Amino acid sequence: MSVLELEQLFQQKIDAEQKIEPKDWMPDAYRKTNVRQISQHAHSEIVGMLPEGNWISRAPSLKRKAILIAKVQDEAGHGLYLYSAAETLGTSRNEMINDLHSGKAKYSSIFNYPTLTWADMGAIGWLVDGAAILNQVMLCRTSYGPYARAMVRICKEESFHQRQGFESLLVLSKGTEAQKAMCQDAINRWWWPSLMMFGPKDSESTNSDQSMKWKIKRKTNDELRQQFVDMCAQQVKLLGMTLPDPDLKWNETTQHYDFGAINWQEFWNVVKGNGPCNKERLEARRNAHAAGAWVREAAIAYATKKKNKQQKQVA
Amino acid sequence: MDNFLIDYTLHLADTSLILAQRNAEWCGLGPVLEQDIAITNISLDLLGQARNYYQYAATIIGGTATEDSLAYHRTEREFKNLLLAEQPNGDWAQTILRQYLFSQFQYLQLQQLQQSHNQQLAAIAAKAIKEVSYHLRWSSEWVIRLGDGTTESNQRMQNAISVLWPFTGEFFIPANYEKEFITVETLQTPWLQNVDAIFTEATLPIPATTFMQQGGKQGLHTEAMGYILAELQYLQRTYPGAEW
Repeated sequence: MSVLELEQLFQQKIDAEQKIEPKDWMPDAYRKTNVRQISQHAHSEIVGMLPEGNWISRAPSLKRKAILIAKVQDEAGHGLYLYSAAETLGTSRNEMINDLHSGKAKYSSIFNYPTLTWADMGAIGWLVDGAAILNQVMLCRTSYGPYARAMVRICKEESFHQRQGFESLLVLSKGTEAQKAMCQDAINRWWWPSLMMFGPKDSESTNSDQSMKWKIKRKTNDELRQQFVDMCAQQVKLLGMTLPDPDLKWNETTQHYDFGAINWQEFWNVVKGNGPCNKERLEARRNAHAAGAWVREAAIAYATKKKNKQQKQVA
Repeated sequence: MDNFLIDYTLHLADTSLILAQRNAEWCGLGPVLEQDIAITNISLDLLGQARNYYQYAATIIGGTATEDSLAYHRTEREFKNLLLAEQPNGDWAQTILRQYLFSQFQYLQLQQLQQSHNQQLAAIAAKAIKEVSYHLRWSSEWVIRLGDGTTESNQRMQNAISVLWPFTGEFFIPANYEKEFITVETLQTPWLQNVDAIFTEATLPIPATTFMQQGGKQGLHTEAMGYILAELQYLQRTYPGAEW
């Protein structure tokens, strides 16, 4: 069968809503796009542990501490499922991690912002996880089978995190003046970076068209972003807080909220490595990996010894 | 009010909380993702145990006492945790060894506590021992793996032993508030036998008798303690009376 015919068959399968599985023929670009996207997603889970992990030791109650540890641990679990999903495409976890550490692979830029107060834990849950969920719900129906299945599991946990985040902000919003101010300040700082999480405008997104055709993505960046704004504009009222956008208002004609211009210069700056925490985050990951090298070597050495002993016993 | 019961319950709670706090420092920074999950899981179990003990202590103390007032509003001189729990994480070898030495002790302690005449402590112990048997298995396997792994990992384990061993002696010296609930002295022989078996398999030496530190049970801690509490209690201290 010629490549052209294989490509046609592949596209027919996608159009018929059949999942692509690891052993199926697929175009190289489809494989590459999925490895890039899934590994980027895995890296985001792992790097995303750092800004929240930052507050575990200082969580203000034992209950909040337990919730936060469990949440960050869930993220490590998500990283694991996602690395495994990406490995089915023929790239090892080690290669992916090396690409993260060398700066070749990206992770979500949102994690290059600092977590400055306790309220940031709530704001991340509500806004950052909220934005991530919209993307992830869509990905439960992505065309690559292992990715779609990983997302189904992840979505369940993520929506739990989002509710927890919102609930934690709700408590602050009903608390002392200092807590209310802390809550509003966190929303102010996380709102715009959360909108940027959906990526560049459709008119400027390079990967969008092909990804839509291959049903890796099913909604455009702008569609998802609008859905997010509509959702948050309502929810923020329950908190008695405001979103930091003077242009935010309901539009009767479109039946959506209009919102102000995003600072894309800031977005690209952070993507290029100039966010407040890019260096710290990557350095923390690199250091942890380097500091763990002797542990991984010892584990391999011990496993080898044990295997040799067993073989000798059998012989 | 039964002061011995309160002090003993707080001693159990504080040890679990402080070790949970230490283990959680690994979150996001473990040597490999699976073990990052394992160590934070242990942290979470210990935190759950601490909460059970604090909640029980709060009911005995009564008044405005809560799990959080006990964890967040006592000073370093009032904390009664074992000194071992507050020792810094160091490298992975030191964290593993700290967990192993403690889990090996805690397992025996809870076995006895399950039989306690105090039903509440017995119930908490019965629940906790299920978690601790996993902590013990996991940390034993790591002691063996690192001890019998590479020359470097063996050396690092030996360093960890020399750092942490002096903090194991106080496990078995009963505090005055402890005696009516447990006879910790009787745990020393089985503890040492078990440690010896694991160390032998790990090709690690048991240290010759060395001087043992003590004081944790009476609230005499190492310098590490003040910093742990400064972080742990920061928000409650900064915003007194706030709900979170």
